[in-house]
Amino acid sequence: MMLEIEDLHAGINGKEILKGINLTVKAGEIHALMGQNGAGKSTLSNVLVGNPAYEVTSGRVRFNGKDLLAMTPEERAHEGLFLSFQQPVEIPGVSMVNFMRAALNAKRKYHGLEPMSSGDFLKLMREKRKIVELDSKLANRSVNEGFSGGEKKRNEIFQMAMLEPTLSILDETDSGLDVDALRIVAEGFNKLRTAETSAIVITHYQRLLDYLKPDVVHVLLGGRIVRSGGPELAAEIEKRGFDWIKEEASLD
Amino acid sequence: MNSEQQYIDLFTACRGLIDSHSAGALNALRDKAFDDFCRQGFPSQKVERYKYTDVASAFAPDYGMNLKRLEFAVNPYKAFRCDVPNLSTSFYFVVNDAFCRENSAASMLPGGVIVCSLKTAAEEHADLVASYYGKLARTEKDTLNALNTMLAQDGLFIYIPRGVDVERPIQVVNLLRADTDLMANRRVLVIMEEDARARLLFCDHAMDDRNFLTTQIMEVYAGERARLDFYELEETHAKNRLFSNLYADLQRDSTANLYRITLQGGLTRQRTDIALSGERAEVGLYGCVIADKAQHVDHNTLIDNRAEYGVSHQLYKYVMDGESTGAFAGRILVREGAQHTVSDERTANLCGSEARVYAQPMLEIYADDVKCSHGATVGQMDEQALFYMRQRGINPDEARLLLKLAFAGEVIDTIGLETLRNRLHHLVEKRFRGGMARCSECRFCS
Repeated sequence: MMLEIEDLHAGINGKEILKGINLTVKAGEIHALMGQNGAGKSTLSNVLVGNPAYEVTSGRVRFNGKDLLAMTPEERAHEGLFLSFQQPVEIPGVSMVNFMRAALNAKRKYHGLEPMSSGDFLKLMREKRKIVELDSKLANRSVNEGFSGGEKKRNEIFQMAMLEPTLSILDETDSGLDVDALRIVAEGFNKLRTAETSAIVITHYQRLLDYLKPDVVHVLLGGRIVRSGGPELAAEIEKRGFDWIKEEASLD
Repeated sequence: MNSEQQYIDLFTACRGLIDSHSAGALNALRDKAFDDFCRQGFPSQKVERYKYTDVASAFAPDYGMNLKRLEFAVNPYKAFRCDVPNLSTSFYFVVNDAFCRENSAASMLPGGVIVCSLKTAAEEHADLVASYYGKLARTEKDTLNALNTMLAQDGLFIYIPRGVDVERPIQVVNLLRADTDLMANRRVLVIMEEDARARLLFCDHAMDDRNFLTTQIMEVYAGERARLDFYELEETHAKNRLFSNLYADLQRDSTANLYRITLQGGLTRQRTDIALSGERAEVGLYGCVIADKAQHVDHNTLIDNRAEYGVSHQLYKYVMDGESTGAFAGRILVREGAQHTVSDERTANLCGSEARVYAQPMLEIYADDVKCSHGATVGQMDEQALFYMRQRGINPDEARLLLKLAFAGEVIDTIGLETLRNRLHHLVEKRFRGGMARCSECRFCS
């Protein structure tokens, strides 16, 4: 089992937002996480990657059998966890090249490997850039600085391609993308998929899921997963919204 | 006991000795300087321009002074290897306040250019020195000017005649060298005539683990259409106290870019007064400060716009860690008649949780058609950026380092001289990685 979340309670600034999440992700699976704003989707992704602004109050998370919550954010990254940020952060003055080199070599060090040579590294950058059609000019700039919304999201998938995580969390990676950019991002993601890699895809829309073809769709409501189903659940939400799920949930 | 008394006593007792080891142009200003010093005394922190630095305490200890001009048994050209990779310079040493003669750099200077001891210049070019010396650094306006003028016996003289372009940068390493605690009073006079061009690089180092106190007054004259790039880089140690006043006068259509960089030091207090005296004079004034532990760095600047169409850009960035204290007070003065002045000023500070920063930008405008702006920020490390980097696997120390480098790098990136720019990026990184605790050799070569 790749990821096992058991009765996870967590929040921010003393306010509980996740009220008992249970979720299991197997290798090779794609899980979609849907729900209205404020349901706790982003809180869950932040808690999984260890954002220090969030507090876990109870529950367990195992990642490939290891206690995820005991690890630092960078250890989680080295173990294969990746978050495509809803709002990628601009870091003026830190070049993409230096940023990626530091990240990649940190991971290699963690796994007992030597730093990558400059030549190999730049070659890898070039290869991976093509996956999301990221302009070489962007790759030479400061991290996300002056990137358009679409470029930032493509840059997230580019970083994912560089770091080859086993579990990726895509937090509204489709927001702010036009039709073409969405296709590039989704196809880029699909090229990176293997039988060993999994993903949790947070989205409001069917469109991204049409490309990514999730195995399971979950609906998050009030800090709990209230409904899980196949891809047809996403289609139904697209048609009917969330109110019917809310009503059914309140009947339980 | 007040801190002034020992200097008054010393001057009174040793006036003859001071004069006999100096030269006419310097001696001529001592009486007035002495009067001005006695009248003003050391400034209290109630004096606006000295609000953030306790001057009297810094000058209270008893330091030795080399009034008899004994030469130190050191040949820096041999003892102090400094070979800047890829940056070939005309290279000079000033030990404490004395210019070191032996070198081969002079032959590389274009004809007419003088780089020599100020005392020698005052003897050989008495009229030239007398007409510029002490004209900008007025002793009645600043106690440090008064104290330095009263005691300084020597220093450095640079003269670039009309129309001469000195292609090779002139590098001066100020070495502090002593077997006891020492006070040095250094004087620098730079005269650039019309259409002269030069790049000057000053590196401050302390060779010995002693308490050093330096007063340094630099006067820089840029004639019409002259172009000057000026870099001052301090890499000393915690026992060093540097009071350095830089005055520059820019004539019509001249351009100067001035950098004052502190990578390492104890107490650093720098006053920078730039007069844009001629029309369309332009100045870029940049500061980069990296401080930790108990370091104290205080910059006080004045851009004095006296003529039309003056342009100035100011950028000062501080990275303050430990229990360090930083201060920046920058005043832009636009005088009546200095229409069409364009002047901007920005200071940004990255301040650790135990450090302190005081930032005070000031605009004072007496003309009605000008474009001026100022801004100051003091903040801590961007937590979001830090977390973003950690999520990608970069450990927090490395992430902080990258963010600090990026922050300081904005100033370094403006340096025109490419090899120096690259070198400084490297030195800043080395400083942040803690590789500069000791400073007994020039960091330009290691």
